[in-house]
Amino acid sequence: MMEITEGSHAVAEAVRLCRPQVVSAYPITPQTHIVEALADFVANGMLDAEYITVENELSALSACVGASAAGSRAYSATTSQGLMLMAEVVFNASGMRLPIVMSIANRAMGAPLSIWNDMQDSISLRDAGWLHFYAEDNQEATDLHFLAYKVAEDPAVQLPAFVCFDGFILSHTYEPVDMLTQADVDKYLPKFNPSEKLDASDPMSFGMYATPEYYLEFRYEMDQALKRAKGVIAKAGKEFGSLFGRDYSALIETYRLEDAETAIVAMGSVCGTVKDAIDEMRAEGMKVGLLRIRVFRPFPAEEIVKGLSHVKRIAVLDKNVSLGSRGGATAIEVRDAMYGSTIPVKGYILGLGGRDIRKKDIKEIVTLCERGIGDQFYGLRRELI
Amino acid sequence: MAEPKKTCELFDCGHRACGGCGAALAARLVTQAAGTNTIVVNSTGCMEVFSTPYPETAWKVPWIHSLFENAAAVASGIDAALKKQGRNEKIVIMAGDGATFDIGMICISGAFERGHDFTYICYDNEAYMNTGIQRSGATPYDASTTTSPAGKCSFGNKRPKKDMPAILAAHGAPYVATASVAYPADLKQKVEKAINTPGPCYVQVHAPCCTGWGFEGEQTIAIAKLALETGLWVNFEMVDGKVSKVRKVVRKPVEEYLKTQKRFRHLFKPSRQDAEIAAIQAIADRNAEKYGIDIKLKKE
Repeated sequence: MMEITEGSHAVAEAVRLCRPQVVSAYPITPQTHIVEALADFVANGMLDAEYITVENELSALSACVGASAAGSRAYSATTSQGLMLMAEVVFNASGMRLPIVMSIANRAMGAPLSIWNDMQDSISLRDAGWLHFYAEDNQEATDLHFLAYKVAEDPAVQLPAFVCFDGFILSHTYEPVDMLTQADVDKYLPKFNPSEKLDASDPMSFGMYATPEYYLEFRYEMDQALKRAKGVIAKAGKEFGSLFGRDYSALIETYRLEDAETAIVAMGSVCGTVKDAIDEMRAEGMKVGLLRIRVFRPFPAEEIVKGLSHVKRIAVLDKNVSLGSRGGATAIEVRDAMYGSTIPVKGYILGLGGRDIRKKDIKEIVTLCERGIGDQFYGLRRELI
Repeated sequence: MAEPKKTCELFDCGHRACGGCGAALAARLVTQAAGTNTIVVNSTGCMEVFSTPYPETAWKVPWIHSLFENAAAVASGIDAALKKQGRNEKIVIMAGDGATFDIGMICISGAFERGHDFTYICYDNEAYMNTGIQRSGATPYDASTTTSPAGKCSFGNKRPKKDMPAILAAHGAPYVATASVAYPADLKQKVEKAINTPGPCYVQVHAPCCTGWGFEGEQTIAIAKLALETGLWVNFEMVDGKVSKVRKVVRKPVEEYLKTQKRFRHLFKPSRQDAEIAAIQAIADRNAEKYGIDIKLKKE
């Protein structure tokens, strides 16, 4: 059913429909509306969950670790500083192979303090062994939660998942969202039934330490599981499509890319602006297209190579920066995927800390890319430097 | 193939603790008292390391270790999950004094305030033993550790032990107790009481560490007893914030305890430090006064 709703409330409704048994929450802007809405659901009997009001984010995810290990579907949400406070637990949860789902309303990292959007928070934890989903709009931010639980809990994966959507730009924006019903979700998402859990009738030890003789294989298994997740996403995304009409089987989305000479690669809500800019540039005869990365982990390297093999140049937009390196994480990884190709890959770091990205910026970047100029911050206010 | 030796211990043989380890003894006694219907949450530390080198485990009850500081938060999540699933296992946290007095303080405060149903056992060996004997908030006054070494300008740890039981009683914990591995029956009784009291309960167990304190492993029980007999450790129970039971002793001078351990050797050699020993005696005297542990002998 179509509803006009705030992004955070749509996400909270999706989480409710996933029937988490334990919700562990701590407020932080711009994520707070989600956990407020979930608290309201629990207070009004609309969500049958234990809602733990923890004292900080480290405990928020730690409680999810305990709940998930004990066999309950667990959920939390955070952003930015909160995500960094839980960083130690982020690695722990994936290492223990606990399929927790956590929403990230992406926000910049301080200092300087900024409550506004970029993707530095979740991108900084790209090596933590979690699945990374990035939504373009609120429909996707909603749907990806169903997909995330389905994939994370698959025995072939058994890893936690971030569902990321841009703070404020999506979390606080009202958009029409086609919301599934409880019957829909129950049909799609089976009950969480882990093969192993903390259980007095079948005692097991969780979270043991590994000597150098064993550790490497644990990490290898996680890497293999993330790679297997590609196939699981394809299957689960296709099933979602056949049931509800929106197919999420692909890790990437392309827009007018077939005959494009300049390809833009980006993630998240900026892709809406990029699509509009492409339409305008196309009307002027410019052959520009978009490759949007929806799943950053597992990284869709093969899909990117296939999608971009025919273009003349690639402009990668990054709302994050790996300081002191050759750019943002997406550009670095796309360049790595394209290694061996002669197609130039240029990176543009922009929109950090909530700086607006407009259609004219996208057009300017395409022009820069055509002139071979890139691998730089875009939109700097020179008078401040 | 020979049948493996059957035992009835839930914290079983094969772990890697030092001979005479007070913490290993505490684990055995606590699991004996808790029984099979228990889930153990262990913080990072000596106990976690000596009991679970993958793929071996000494635990015959379900056991989880997540991080150093978050055992109380992990237990909160387990408590929520068990409630939601309608299960009745009891949750027992086993954490060292570093994990409890220092790094885990925020998680503990949050979990006790929320009133989860678990029993938090702190095995208190009075320093970070796993990393090589560094001071913690539980290290006694004047103990020499690797980060509070005695030296030309130092008598060791400059601060007395933090009063964790009082802090947790102030959180409204319905049952708070201290115990010692030297008195196993008392320890087990307290653990049972804590487990059967709804809400977050705390038992702090004095667990001497032969390696960290500097004594021979066979002296563990004797030294643990001396701690009580000198008044430097007090076994008590607090119900709803009020001290309800205390083990009384005929007190010995603290010197008898101090001289048994290398961590206090600098108080006696190369020269006797009368002022420092008197300061430690004053701590014992204050404990005796506060908890009323002295047995008054009737005069003829």
